[in-house]
Amino acid sequence: MNWFTDILPGIKKKKGKSAATVPDGVWSKCPGCNTAIYSVELRKNCYVCANCDHHQRIGAEERARLVFDAEPALSPLGMEVRPVDFMNFRDGGGGKSYAEKLREAQKDDARREAVFACRGTIGGRAAVAAIFDFSFMGGSMGSVAGERFTRAVEDAAESGAPFISFASSGGARMQEGVVSLVQMAKTTAALARLSARRLPHISVLTDPTTGGVAASFAMIGDVVVAEPKALIGFAGPRVIQETVRERLPEGFQRSEFLRERGGVDLIADRRELREVLISLLSLLRPPGG
Amino acid sequence: MVQLLEFERGLEPLEAEIKTLSLSEDAGADEIVKQMRALRKKRDAMLGRLYGNLTDWQTCQVARHPARPQALDYIRALFTDFTELRGDRAYGDDAAVVAGLGKLGDKPAVILGQQKGRDTAEKIRRNFGMPGPEGYRKAMRMMDLADKFSLPLIAFVDTPGAYPGIGAEERGQAGAIGQCLYRAATMRAPGLTVVVGEGGSGGALALAAGDYIGMLRHAVYSVISPEGCASILWKEAARAADAAEMLGLTAAKLKKRLLIDEVIAEPPGGAHRDSAAAIAAVGAALEKALAQLERLETGLLLEKRARRWREYGEYSEKGK
Ligand SMILES: [Zn+2]
Repeated sequence: MNWFTDILPGIKKKKGKSAATVPDGVWSKCPGCNTAIYSVELRKNCYVCANCDHHQRIGAEERARLVFDAEPALSPLGMEVRPVDFMNFRDGGGGKSYAEKLREAQKDDARREAVFACRGTIGGRAAVAAIFDFSFMGGSMGSVAGERFTRAVEDAAESGAPFISFASSGGARMQEGVVSLVQMAKTTAALARLSARRLPHISVLTDPTTGGVAASFAMIGDVVVAEPKALIGFAGPRVIQETVRERLPEGFQRSEFLRERGGVDLIADRRELREVLISLLSLLRPPGG
Repeated sequence: MVQLLEFERGLEPLEAEIKTLSLSEDAGADEIVKQMRALRKKRDAMLGRLYGNLTDWQTCQVARHPARPQALDYIRALFTDFTELRGDRAYGDDAAVVAGLGKLGDKPAVILGQQKGRDTAEKIRRNFGMPGPEGYRKAMRMMDLADKFSLPLIAFVDTPGAYPGIGAEERGQAGAIGQCLYRAATMRAPGLTVVVGEGGSGGALALAAGDYIGMLRHAVYSVISPEGCASILWKEAARAADAAEMLGLTAAKLKKRLLIDEVIAEPPGGAHRDSAAAIAAVGAALEKALAQLERLETGLLLEKRARRWREYGEYSEKGK
């Protein structure tokens, strides 16, 4: 994640900064083709490189801005749900504790977590979303992500609105042990209750979607949409490589590879994603809705 | 004599002495019998001390002991009329997941188990108990059967995890596990699971998202293997012992967080020293749990299950 290596002199480089926070008037290098891109242009282009179509990872609130209508303003959901280092997870030696890692990831905003959930309108139609943020501890799903996700699903079920999930995660949050593992079952069970009300779940897979997030709610949307060239799979490529000790096929675990093998419905360029969602939502209307 | 684990090496002289005596020409003589009884008593006391104070990493080793009873041992001993059912009806039959029908006591049930395999040939055939998507789709078929015929689904979990392979990914490993979890949430029949050995992450959870989860005292259940955790934290799999301690993966620790319902006692020195006793304990726990679940009307069963999974999570909630 070092696409700020070539920023103009005088602007301080910060670790773990996501594209959504690039200040105006800055040049950055595209990780896909090494072209220098002006930040204003990048933002206007949905954080997609105009030269090579590389989709940069983006923060959750930026994602919401790209997808939802500007008006009415979004209502965030479950922001009061905050993480706790309940297992007192210390990695011994010189490493950081979970509590320290959380503080670091929160930066100056204690509401930040791996999921941002909100209600708003998309193309004038009410919708609820749970959006993963890879820049927060690799988008790992712990108690807070699971709870915010579940509340968002329940909000959709109660208000009769469609639900959209945006996955971007390495999987379960190790530092919460089996409590994080069972969030897979919790989020999935919530979706079963949404289904019982015949409301749609559209799942958008972005780079990367792996581990416990891929193996729970992400692949079971009524419609599964992927962004181009996103890494999607159960196990990470490094683990697979170490297990099978053979060369991984070309394009392995990328969106296009999955589409060819029946794993996802469609691939949508981020610049067209909002229109794709508006169209899907108009087609998948609940009976009588 | 059972294969000794690293931390059991202290038992070696005693075991050797017992073996020598048992092979001696006058093994039947009163004096020898008396001596052997004394030695066995001493050994059992040592085992009791060792197994009463296992570290979490030692527990992992016991959970993975090659002689530990496996899913099929439980299935064959506890169920009558066991009929194995095979295949996912789409691609293949995953031998890492054993499935079928049988009777627990006089009650028909649908059965699932992850089977690691005993000898090398069986281990390879069963992929060391690491299921692929076909295994999870077979599991879903069993959930459909349980639902349709209102039969309890009884699952034995023992897997290092779902298989991280090229073919498994190509055929939708992640989706198969997700669908399993979804099906488990909607199944209109009781789901019971016992973690009998290793409960490896999402690959185990897929068969453990029902209404009752029992766990043998020396089984483990974890979000990630201690080796995997250590290599992420310290780039050093050798520190697995430290990782095991932090992951909270033992039955006692999981029971404290209400992630499982029951810790099932193991015979002294672990299930691998007395398979019959371990199997009987698991059978008794299952019959008791099933009797309780069967009393619930289906609507209430599903409501309780929904509430159970809804409530998992430990977080704080600040004023809005
Ligand atoms: Zn580019």
